[in-house]
Amino acid sequence: MAESVDPDTSGLQGGDTQPKSEGETVELQIFRYDPEIESKTEAHFEGFRVQTHEGMTVLDALIEARDEQDPSLTFRHSCRQGVCGSDALFINGRQRLGCKTQIDELSTPIRIEPLPHHPVVKDLVVDMDDFYERMRAVEPYFDPDDPPPGELEERKQTRENREAVKLSTRCIWCGACTSSCSIAADEDVYLGPAAINKGYRFYADEREGEDRKAKRLELLTETDGVWRCQTQFSCTTVCPQEIPLTEHIQQLKRDATKADLKFW
Amino acid sequence: MYEHDVLVIGGGGAGLRAAIAAQEAGADVAIVSKLHPVRSHTGAAEGGINAALQAGDSWEAHATDTMKGADYLADAPAVETFARRAPKEVMQLEHWGMPFSRDEDGTVSQRPFGGLSFPRTTYAGAETGHHLLHTLYEQVIKRGITVYEEYFVTRLAVTDEPDPNERTCHGVTALDLKTGAVEGFKATGGVILATGGLGQVYDHTTNAVANTGDGMAMAYRVGVPLEDMEMIQFHPTTLPSTGVLITEGVRGEGGRLFNSEGERFMFERGYAADEGELASRDVVSRAELTEIQEGRGFGDGHVKLDMRHLGEERIMDRLENIVGLARHFEGVDPLEEPMPVKPGQHYAMGGIETDEYGSTCIEGLYAAGEAACVSLHGANRLGGNALPELFVFGAEAGRHAAGVALDPPAIGVGPDPDADREDREWPTDLGTAGAETDVVPDGRDLEPGELLGEAVAAERERVEELLEGDGDRSHVEVREQVQETMTAHVNVFREAEGLETALEDISAAREAYEDVTVTDPSRTFNTDLQQTIETRNVIDLAEVITMGALARPESRGAHWRAEHQTRRDEEWLRHTLVNWRDGDPELFYRPAILESESVTYEPEERSY
Repeated sequence: MAESVDPDTSGLQGGDTQPKSEGETVELQIFRYDPEIESKTEAHFEGFRVQTHEGMTVLDALIEARDEQDPSLTFRHSCRQGVCGSDALFINGRQRLGCKTQIDELSTPIRIEPLPHHPVVKDLVVDMDDFYERMRAVEPYFDPDDPPPGELEERKQTRENREAVKLSTRCIWCGACTSSCSIAADEDVYLGPAAINKGYRFYADEREGEDRKAKRLELLTETDGVWRCQTQFSCTTVCPQEIPLTEHIQQLKRDATKADLKFW
Repeated sequence: MYEHDVLVIGGGGAGLRAAIAAQEAGADVAIVSKLHPVRSHTGAAEGGINAALQAGDSWEAHATDTMKGADYLADAPAVETFARRAPKEVMQLEHWGMPFSRDEDGTVSQRPFGGLSFPRTTYAGAETGHHLLHTLYEQVIKRGITVYEEYFVTRLAVTDEPDPNERTCHGVTALDLKTGAVEGFKATGGVILATGGLGQVYDHTTNAVANTGDGMAMAYRVGVPLEDMEMIQFHPTTLPSTGVLITEGVRGEGGRLFNSEGERFMFERGYAADEGELASRDVVSRAELTEIQEGRGFGDGHVKLDMRHLGEERIMDRLENIVGLARHFEGVDPLEEPMPVKPGQHYAMGGIETDEYGSTCIEGLYAAGEAACVSLHGANRLGGNALPELFVFGAEAGRHAAGVALDPPAIGVGPDPDADREDREWPTDLGTAGAETDVVPDGRDLEPGELLGEAVAAERERVEELLEGDGDRSHVEVREQVQETMTAHVNVFREAEGLETALEDISAAREAYEDVTVTDPSRTFNTDLQQTIETRNVIDLAEVITMGALARPESRGAHWRAEHQTRRDEEWLRHTLVNWRDGDPELFYRPAILESESVTYEPEERSY
């Protein structure tokens, strides 16, 4: 117990409990589309006003709009704590997780759209198949050169190596980065930042061994891989998990260059 | 119609592990999940995975801790299977590439956790569940296992023998969320329910929105008993606006709880004069609610958790993700101000009754993970025991559904005509509204394919009725009615009068549900329809939880009865079972098994 630290008693007495914005409402402009409902086959925006409360997130506002005003308003969400990755949306012109975005940090009206560069299924729900396809294309699974040392024995991994891969392992497959990347949008052959980061996660893990590492580098540097990246940093900017995606891509480019040099 | 040897329902930890095990045993296996697998709630687990890995530790010690933590309501054969197999399963996870935290020498780290006599919790930062879920899903991709994602399983295709012990499960029906079509999935080997928890029965829970207890409710409606459902774990530190979990690690590092009079009430009000904030989850939860009820809470009913005195450096080193959670989900910066917290529903110790192999009383129907009650956690689950459960019993269920031969189980399952029953007056008619069972009429005379066809037809009709109906109720209103009464009366504190009120409210919700109609007319990704179907599950489970709580006049583990504040081993060392018989929920009991192949447990007082 850090008893020597002077106690800070602010906030420990009653009376600070008024919502920051009691009774205020906020306007949402929400993208609407449904292929089978006549009034919604033309994509358009619809306005909703919801009452705010302290700590309210964009996801809270969407739930309020759906439950209290229009039950047909459709969006994905589940954990509402930033780990399931299902509510990545285009909010005020930027990819964000709805659950992780406080509404009082946004200018109003808040414009909420589906993740760009994906076919829209309905309202804010997009078809993610193409994204998942890219994730699967990098052979996203642990695949070591040698069998495990024993049924009850682990492969050793240095703390340094775990630190090196740690940030890459935080990806929640929300798709925000790939959606923000203009290269991934224009060229559907480019793997995109999420998939490359997934490849990097195993490439940089010392437990797989040198043979697999070389094969992974080859896969990630093929025509559709890291060389398509133009270092625009949009992926790194929008990543809700703060993964340094651009840095991982650059690391792979550097390693690929070094690997090629050996042949000359 | 789709056909596979084994169908795994649910794409979280238990489901993915079961699918891998079934495939390794030679089965053609498919996963059917209402979410894409990486969206599953296993990903939200923070703490760690218990397994006796090191010299000086033993499976016996892990088993003893688990039995004691369970307040002796666990079944010893399940506890023994669990503790013996956990090390191999955890190491298997490492072999699949899980990025565990490491010691200086590169071995997997283990740390102390509440209720454990040895530091046996492996972990990956405070994001253990995320890494576990992704590692498993990667192995599923590697093996090319078929995944039907965003297919919501709504009904089990089960034959209609009068005795549930003689019924057989041949498959499931599922709603393709993208198109709204109801499809049939036939299983020639077995169906494994791995659908997770039921937190949405409460209005304040750490559980995901998807955790509506679908598997438990479906199994219940085809005749499988639900076991120990009154045993609901509440976690003392959840954020008030969302229910997001603030890990026990905050108190472990020295975080302090205060009431609105600025008192450190765990000490100053004598709730736990020795342990203070580090008392067990149930003790801290009761203390917080007492403070709130006696008018010493803040605003809308919370207390404050303060960690500012720990200093920014220590906080960022050990509790970094907590700073993010409080900022993003509550709008509070815990480096600058104390966090508001209150107890929230966290885990269901009870579930679908299974034996130690994951088998239910219905042939071809298995369950694993939080959806199941193999009777491992008893009345109180220890932190770090949920994740190894997914592996051990997920793998067991997968293997056995794939046809691997079974030794005779030590744990009995199914409605037992000789079971211990008591006649009890309930305050209201239970079950009756919406009393239909999900078994397929005349199933005995149908081939499995026809039986599934009948189930699909019945389900299409139900969906049609929900979409075309002219009722004037919404699922939102009915679900809220249930959630509010559960939180008011079947929460941390329980007493007879409140439990009776809850049963009446749930019964009223059951009747209101008859008038629920889906307002969104679209078949495409109709979440209004999905939530309406889920709400039926929420109602059924709320009723079973409350029945069990009212029928158990003692306090054990997480179940606290205000008018019966002691554990009564002589009469109540037995499992509560509730069995659905055409709208008549039947309550019966089975003794807890305190003897396994190697160990016999003698109940003693649970003190730490």
